[in-house]
Amino acid sequence: MPATPVNVPEPSRTDPALIRNFCIIAHIDHGKSTLADRMLQITGVVDPRQMRAQYLDRMDIERERGITIKSQAVRLPWTAPDGRVHILNMIDTPGHVDFTYEVSRSLAACEGAILLVDAAQGIEAQTLANLYLALENDLAIIPVLNKIDLPAAQPEKYAEELAHIIGCEPSDVLRVSGKTGEGVPELLNEAVRLVPAPIGVKDAPARAMIFDSVYDAYRGVVTYVRVVDGQLTKRERIQMMSTGATHELLEIGVISPEPKPADGLGVGEVGYIITGVKDVRQSRVGDTITSMHKGATEPLGGYKDPRPMVFSGLYPLDGSDYPELRDALEKLQLNDAALVWEPETSVALGFGFRCGFLGLLHLEIIRERLEREFGLELISTAPSVVYRVIMEDGTEVTVTNPSEFPGGKIAEVHEPVVRSTILAPSEYVGAIMELCQTRRGNLLGMEYLSEDRVELRYTLPLAEIVFDFFDQLKSKTRGYASLDYEPTGEQMSQLVKVDILLQGEAVDAFSAIVHKDKAYNYGVEMTKKLRELIPRQQFEVPIQAAIGARVIARENIRAIRKDVLAKCYGGDISRKRKLLEKQKEGKKRMKMVGRVEVPQEAFIAALSTDSDGGGDKKK
Amino acid sequence: MPSALPDGLPAPIDGSLPASAFGGPEDPQPPFGFYVHVPYCASRCGYCDFNTYTAAELGGGASQASYADDAIAEIRLARRVLGDADRPVETVFFGGGTPTLLPAADLGRILAAIRDEFGLLPDAEVTTEANPESVDPGYLAHLREAGFTRLSFGMQSARAHVLQVLDRHHTPGRAQECVAEARAAGFAHINLDLIYGTPGETDEDWQASLDAVLAAEPDHVSAYALIIEDGTRIATRIRRGEIPLPDDDVLADRYLMADEALTAGGLGWYEVSNWAADGAARCRHNELYWTGADWWGAGPGAHSHIGGVRWWNVKHPKPYAERVAAGESPAQGRELLTEEDRRVERILLELRLKDGMPLSLLKDRGFAAAEAAVEEGLLEPDKFADRKAVLTLKGRLLADAVVRDLVD
Repeated sequence: MPATPVNVPEPSRTDPALIRNFCIIAHIDHGKSTLADRMLQITGVVDPRQMRAQYLDRMDIERERGITIKSQAVRLPWTAPDGRVHILNMIDTPGHVDFTYEVSRSLAACEGAILLVDAAQGIEAQTLANLYLALENDLAIIPVLNKIDLPAAQPEKYAEELAHIIGCEPSDVLRVSGKTGEGVPELLNEAVRLVPAPIGVKDAPARAMIFDSVYDAYRGVVTYVRVVDGQLTKRERIQMMSTGATHELLEIGVISPEPKPADGLGVGEVGYIITGVKDVRQSRVGDTITSMHKGATEPLGGYKDPRPMVFSGLYPLDGSDYPELRDALEKLQLNDAALVWEPETSVALGFGFRCGFLGLLHLEIIRERLEREFGLELISTAPSVVYRVIMEDGTEVTVTNPSEFPGGKIAEVHEPVVRSTILAPSEYVGAIMELCQTRRGNLLGMEYLSEDRVELRYTLPLAEIVFDFFDQLKSKTRGYASLDYEPTGEQMSQLVKVDILLQGEAVDAFSAIVHKDKAYNYGVEMTKKLRELIPRQQFEVPIQAAIGARVIARENIRAIRKDVLAKCYGGDISRKRKLLEKQKEGKKRMKMVGRVEVPQEAFIAALSTDSDGGGDKKK
Repeated sequence: MPSALPDGLPAPIDGSLPASAFGGPEDPQPPFGFYVHVPYCASRCGYCDFNTYTAAELGGGASQASYADDAIAEIRLARRVLGDADRPVETVFFGGGTPTLLPAADLGRILAAIRDEFGLLPDAEVTTEANPESVDPGYLAHLREAGFTRLSFGMQSARAHVLQVLDRHHTPGRAQECVAEARAAGFAHINLDLIYGTPGETDEDWQASLDAVLAAEPDHVSAYALIIEDGTRIATRIRRGEIPLPDDDVLADRYLMADEALTAGGLGWYEVSNWAADGAARCRHNELYWTGADWWGAGPGAHSHIGGVRWWNVKHPKPYAERVAAGESPAQGRELLTEEDRRVERILLELRLKDGMPLSLLKDRGFAAAEAAVEEGLLEPDKFADRKAVLTLKGRLLADAVVRDLVD
């Protein structure tokens, strides 16, 4: 195994002709992290004794879920067959549908992409979507089949599939094993051969693109950049071009794979900067950094403000945790420019926050981090998309919470739609079409990727995807389908708000905006579910579903008639008193809706769509 | 007594009590009773999670033969712990297990020890529980002679198929015979225990049980909804789906049937699960529990309460026997009740009584809840006007819910 070569070019003094910037596009569990581990070893940047699995996936939450939320860039020296030491910058890309924009910025920092596909599974929708993004960015694509050591590997079959998709010969598809290291040196040689060297103007004002920024408790925000033109040097003052804000450059360097401070970064180089800012919103992905003195006047293209697509109310189970929830959200926001929130009050759930997310996985990650890292117990309301409601008098209302859906004369309701790509074995085409049909989908096209694998493209309302679509898709295809989607705009739809009433009182947390053809079903299911979930009270509790004043479904919780222990003698008294104390604790955790005591668990269960996320987070 | 013991503070090895338990010199002594727990059964019933053991379960070590001596040793310890104060005993209650599995002479010896150490009041109530199949006229005569005044028979049901689900081995009709035999032996006060809501029991079965009880003419009836305790054979069978779980609404209906039948038969309720012919027929021993009086519980797993100190003995007969034989306290743990604990206990116990609970025990929120409970028909309005909280028939069925609101 080659050791670290001598005469490795230093950061800020590296000839762009020797630099290769590339990323790895892969589905989760197709072995990207393991392959990256081998690259770290083969290039000698990690001491074998310090090697650990999934070296680059720092955060616990990432390691456990097997996904990489935040990307990183690693500088690897590699001696090419011509004997010259090259600098390979491997830029990690987030692997999920919610982070399409982040992916696009990572891709924009590269000239090439390794398309990594599991030789036993073939390409997945997410990978395909990212491949299209890479092709749009004119990246050189290196097709690679991984896990060729597996007995179930079918390299011939999937080489043909990849060749068909990207338009090359099956023999051009490399075969590697991240596990054994087989084929990895050859892959690095191919990266040197196929990925174009970066091109930039050395003497121009500095322009560097931010492709990631991460909050670190000790260092503040660490910003990952790709220098396009000119040079960033340590100790200079830099400017964020989208806001004009300027910062002192406290540290600049490269990751290899630990941070290594350097004198600067030159054309084509990839590294990190630290300015002391405490909030990633001050260092936004896609923004251009330039020097304050004699800086550039034109930013690099492609910057977009993050736009939340899915909203959910987050409420502490214990109302007194509200300040802790606020603090926790503030802390998370330091590291997440896409997370937005504002205080919200629910009649049923008390004080909480309306939070906006990039998508369902983003929502779930935030929720999980709030619970795990901050020890909070939360109720989250059913995820909602953003509706644009136009009243008959021409006024427009933006609705991110179903309970805000206006009454009165509504002219039009617009909802966001996505363009989705579904990949699945061809035997499931019928089931998928049926599902998409019931979810108000519009077939855009269908294509055979190989003999038995099909790509279906649909336009779907985002709201339908948010509501347990992915779980349904998985169950109807026995887990074989994969899904990707991207927002494409909005459409006008026949949408109504269904309210749920307990004893005649609407429970805001249970209101939903649904298509009018589905309102009845929603009402029947929700009232049934609540009848099961809400314990009997001392009086009868009618549960109704209603559109405006029109009741569309009704269930009844009969009054409880018996709530008494049969026996209470000398040996029972302590136990009975302690039981009473426990019941009173339980009572505190009840939410009162009028006179009706609703256990927190009922809210949680009723609000769960049986879907705990979308996209490709599960296999 | 349920088998699970509470968590508590450690108890001192000599069983000594803090000074607070004895009250001030001016305080009136609360009534004092004795409970004797006999932890043996011929076989274990499928619904029972009480602290009881069959010979097979016990193995060697602690035997029924030496039990009377163990209990007497604890009675002597009680005398030492309570000092020289005059504490005549108002009531004694032998429970189990199956006390009548012991020879009548053993029960008599234990009672005699209580009499010798503490003295019995002239009108003391002395009860033992009995299984219908474990007594005969000679046995009952012996008990009466020894000073027992009251018998409580576990009849449970008049239907064979119900008794079978409960694993009770007496034949229908045996309990009623026992009442006649007890009367013949000179017992004035006789209780029959009933259980309703057993899987497979119908309304008609239950009515038959009530009719049979009334025909036997006891002066006291306890009727309990079957409690499915974790770890019992019945719980296992329900979990496996072999027998159905009794529905709460059915239990409510059965309770109403019981109250109607027993009232019509001349037995009036005086506690949620207890009915008696008149004031004299009430179980005075249980009334001690329900009114926060003092009692000493002797025997494995027994609970005691003296002046706001509650403790409980080790559960198993073997360590119990070893401790009392060594002159040590068999207490495993204890708790010192705070003023608030005692207030809460008074509410949860006294609210179950027909005599009711004084409204003076309530704080503002509890009082408001009591007013609401009157509105909802759970408390008697006229008793409320007399500053007492007394449950209505509907309220008795929801007693725990009312307690939860009232203790606030």
